[in-house]
Amino acid sequence: MQTPAPCEYSRATSVDDAIAQLQALGGNARILAGGYSLIPMMKLRLANPGHVIDINPLESELNYIRQEGNEIRIGALTRHVNMLESDLLSQVFPHIFREAEAVLADPVVRNRGTMGGSLCQSDPAEDLSGVVVALKGEAVLRGPGGAERVVGMEEFHLGPYMTSVQPTEMLIEVRIPTHSGFGGAHEKVERRAGDFAIVAASAALAIEGGRITFAGVACSAVGPTTLHIERAEKALVGQAPSEDLFAQCGQMAAADCSPNSDGRGPADYKRHVAGVLTTRALSRAAATAVS
Amino acid sequence: MATIETTPGRNPGWAGGGTWGEVTDAPIGFGHMKRKEDARFIRGLGDYMDDVRLPGMLHSAILRSPYAHATINSIDTSAALAHPKVAAVVIAKDLETLGLAWMPTISYDTQAVLAGDKVRFHLQEVAFVIATDAYAAQDALQLIEVDYDVLPAVVNCRKALDPDAPLIRDDKVGQVDNLASPLWEAGDKATCDRVFAEADVVAIRTVLDPRSHPCPMETCGMVADMNPATGQLNIYNGNQAPHAHRTVYAQVAGLPEQNIRILCNDIGGGFGNKVPVYPGYVCAIAGSIVAGAPVKWIEDRSENLASTGFARDYLMYSEMCSKGGKITGLRVDAIADHGAFDSTAQATKFPAGFFHIVTGSYDLQGAHCQVKAVYTNKAPGGVAYRCSFRITEAVYLVERMVDALAMEMRTDPVDLRMRSFIRSDQFPYESATGWVYDSGDYHKAMKLALEMADYDGLRREQQEKLAKGELMGIGISFFTEGVGAGPRRHMDILGLAMNDGAELRVHPSGKAVVSISAQTQGQGHETTFAQIVAEELGISPNHIMVRHGDTDKTPYGLGTYGSRSTPVSGGAVAVVSRKVRDKARQFAALMLESRAEDLAWEKGRWFVRGDPERGATIERIAEYAYSATNLPEGLEGGLDANAVYDPPNLTYPFGAYIAVVDVDPGTGKVHMRRFIAVDDCGVRINPLVVEGQIHGGLVEGIGQALMEIISFDESGNCMNASFMDYLLPTALECPEHGFELGETVTPCPHHPIGAKGVGESPCVGSPPCIANAVVDALYHAKGIKYMDIPCFPARVWAAMNGNAQPPQ
Ligand SMILES: Cc1cc2nc3c(=O)[nH]c(=O)nc-3n(C[C@H](O)[C@H](O)[C@H](O)COP(=O)(O)OP(=O)(O)OC[C@H]3O[C@@H](n4cnc5c(N)ncnc54)[C@H](O)[C@@H]3O)c2cc1C
Repeated sequence: MQTPAPCEYSRATSVDDAIAQLQALGGNARILAGGYSLIPMMKLRLANPGHVIDINPLESELNYIRQEGNEIRIGALTRHVNMLESDLLSQVFPHIFREAEAVLADPVVRNRGTMGGSLCQSDPAEDLSGVVVALKGEAVLRGPGGAERVVGMEEFHLGPYMTSVQPTEMLIEVRIPTHSGFGGAHEKVERRAGDFAIVAASAALAIEGGRITFAGVACSAVGPTTLHIERAEKALVGQAPSEDLFAQCGQMAAADCSPNSDGRGPADYKRHVAGVLTTRALSRAAATAVS
Repeated sequence: MATIETTPGRNPGWAGGGTWGEVTDAPIGFGHMKRKEDARFIRGLGDYMDDVRLPGMLHSAILRSPYAHATINSIDTSAALAHPKVAAVVIAKDLETLGLAWMPTISYDTQAVLAGDKVRFHLQEVAFVIATDAYAAQDALQLIEVDYDVLPAVVNCRKALDPDAPLIRDDKVGQVDNLASPLWEAGDKATCDRVFAEADVVAIRTVLDPRSHPCPMETCGMVADMNPATGQLNIYNGNQAPHAHRTVYAQVAGLPEQNIRILCNDIGGGFGNKVPVYPGYVCAIAGSIVAGAPVKWIEDRSENLASTGFARDYLMYSEMCSKGGKITGLRVDAIADHGAFDSTAQATKFPAGFFHIVTGSYDLQGAHCQVKAVYTNKAPGGVAYRCSFRITEAVYLVERMVDALAMEMRTDPVDLRMRSFIRSDQFPYESATGWVYDSGDYHKAMKLALEMADYDGLRREQQEKLAKGELMGIGISFFTEGVGAGPRRHMDILGLAMNDGAELRVHPSGKAVVSISAQTQGQGHETTFAQIVAEELGISPNHIMVRHGDTDKTPYGLGTYGSRSTPVSGGAVAVVSRKVRDKARQFAALMLESRAEDLAWEKGRWFVRGDPERGATIERIAEYAYSATNLPEGLEGGLDANAVYDPPNLTYPFGAYIAVVDVDPGTGKVHMRRFIAVDDCGVRINPLVVEGQIHGGLVEGIGQALMEIISFDESGNCMNASFMDYLLPTALECPEHGFELGETVTPCPHHPIGAKGVGESPCVGSPPCIANAVVDALYHAKGIKYMDIPCFPARVWAAMNGNAQPPQ
């Protein structure tokens, strides 16, 4: 049996209560959401927080997916399964959420794992982070006294397992701008179903009047964070969609990513696959864009 | 007194209605029926190692080495001992005083129980902490200070015998290099050389069957309970050979054998991993002696993967040749990587197990194989993971080589096999390595598989796909195994003949208990063995209890591994049932006032020959056996018997497998589209159980071929010590439309019921089949002729680009 080191446990009664607890415990505490990343790390004693604050009692406050104006808002405690099954998400962002969530871990993990946990874990191989990066979502962070700040993904993910969330802050919501003519796709290669990606690519396009008006491309597991492939996005916007263009974007992704060699494969392979998957994701996103 | 605490909510009654534990579709004898044991398993009511909770029981944890090779200068346990919940900390020095610092392995080597002088593999056992709860034991590990001097590690078996390789086993007097055992050979070298000299075509490959792990869902563990008042040692331990383990503990710990009782409850999988005795077991026993209380040791997943019983790790330089379109010869020069201690599992006189079977299903004119075993700084093991002692390695090799040869000959791999098979009229057939195959009809099994697969259609489809740039592969393997070890004149483990016992008692009500020495780990013994008795005596399997796993209540025997349960234990059960039937005949003669010779048997009943109305059922005979008052001299009351079965030969199951895969040309990802498996395991006792075994084994084959490997970095760190890195296949890696199973039945001529054993066949036959399918895809598209397993995407992509490499 793997056992975590001794630690204290408390339940939060509200977001502000959780933040107050974080503040009182001065950096020695961790938020516990689905627990699918935190608990295994604690059992392997890679993480040894002195205290965990369980936010699962905050379902009613933090589990939601709703549209407000030109934004979709997803609460931090929204479970993977909720995103997988959400009609609203698949209507506003067809394919991309569903495809990513369908290949993310397994049903057991998806039943409890959360949006907040996925982003805050800042694992560069996360599928959902890739989707949020491609969609250019923003994270809403709340700190002591109800102070809120909104940060983009570039600023949010600082590196592997590092975010800009301060010890006394909590991620409460993710906001994602909507687009008309949207098409999206998520492509992943893994060693086995339910495994983290060897490489994954998320593509989001808006196509209006035969031109690409919005482009988001992200790759997972090929850099210190889920990577935003900026060069490809710039190359896409304003152009007419074409296989040639998508192949070029794939080459950019392959060139611009920075994978490491590990048990999932050598760097040259991952670079190649980043290109292949980016191209495939873009062409499927374009094919499914609702005009 | 030790009592097993009952988990609340157990025994909720039989939800299916009827009598507890009864299966509604049970035939009286052989045939399809649901498994009797599943009633408790599917309700989550199995009783496993970790469910054992004894009053006053202490818990434990093992401190493990962070290095693959290092001298130990000192171990400071004072801070751990000061932990308020710690009862004891045991290190090698303490074990020395009990004579337990080293233990013998199954292969006549020695293994450190706790490392004293130096550590020899990453995560080797260094200290054993006993505490009042499992959390505290784990906490205390971090308080132990060990001072190491790191030494260079030997991680590549090819380099283990280099003159400048560091000496791993400096503990062994006279050991000057890393050779683990003398060179082993089989076959006639001169004949083999002649066959090669006359050959038309020769294929040469270096084939690696990489290190994998049996990975049972339940890890290894033990509760040792030494009663200081009585000297009785109760051992709760899920293992595959309880009787042999008891003898080993008696020898190792010098305890009286009659005072040791091993109790195996339900076992969550064995697959060879639960054959050996592990350091954790010896520590738990020593711990219970030292602490005077029961001690529980349960390893976690990482410990299981990194330290207990790995499998395979055979590097095989091989040549196969043909003449006149037929396979004629095979030459193999293998290195077996045993890790730091030779604890490979095989019969004593077989240091390379049954590698002799490497000639496969083919009528070869010459074969020679040799195996050199080396020590490396890796975990010990070399267990027979769903494998009858190195047969998996041998079959993997020969089936990869047949495909290699077919490529060199530019011929179809099926045609080459068909031309080279041993013919059905050649059985019993003596192979080029001297083994006598009992029976078979290989052509028939292969033809059935081809029909089921529509082989010609598949080849056409492959060509059409190729034209569109799509990669599709068709893989073949045809395996022959030798299972059911074994005849006592040839086979023993640590001097114990590889036989099994059975005791059968039919009670006055006509209900029976059969006690066996085999130990189920999921194979369905409670059903299958009841069906053997049912077939022989005509009692419903529902009325036959199969007892196993308690050394005080079962006859002696060597246990369950190597597909030997049905071939050996099943033989014992058939024989003991026939003894009971013969005894029943004596009673029936009295009851029917007839002579025993005049009675005839039909299932469940003796009757007077020529007068079928006059008969007695087994139930009535049983009642009579316990109640009759006028028994003649020489006939004892009661209806029971004992048997020990000594198999005259191994049994030789075989099968024809075909795999169809699609390979993503962009990513190298392999998709298992179809799998056709025709198995011939002789007579099938319960087709459902047989199919279950085949399903499970095929899934394990997919795992080995596509994703499983235990690998090491240059410093000897184990890279796959968790399920994040050691990938087990799931339903999603299996063909969407299920496995396509077929059967032929060639009974075993020397087995009492003609059965051959099937547990390992699918796990033996499928890895080369899938590997051959992947290579077939690459060969037809790009002329690539070989790659090693596991075929995970990055490796397939490299192979596709002409850079196939053996795995690290
Ligand atoms: C077997 C397995 C397979 C997996 N496979 C995949 C996969 O294929 N693809 C993939 O993308 N992911 C995969 N995952 C990861 C999975 O997505 C994450 O474990 C999970 O979604 C993280 O969410 P959680 O709610 O469980 O986080 P937790 O474990 O509860 O928390 C993770 C971290 O985030 C912090 N945190 C959580 N919520 C907040 C918040 N609101 N504010 C501030 N900090 C917070 C915690 O303190 C902790 O540090 C897998 C996990 C497992 C166990």
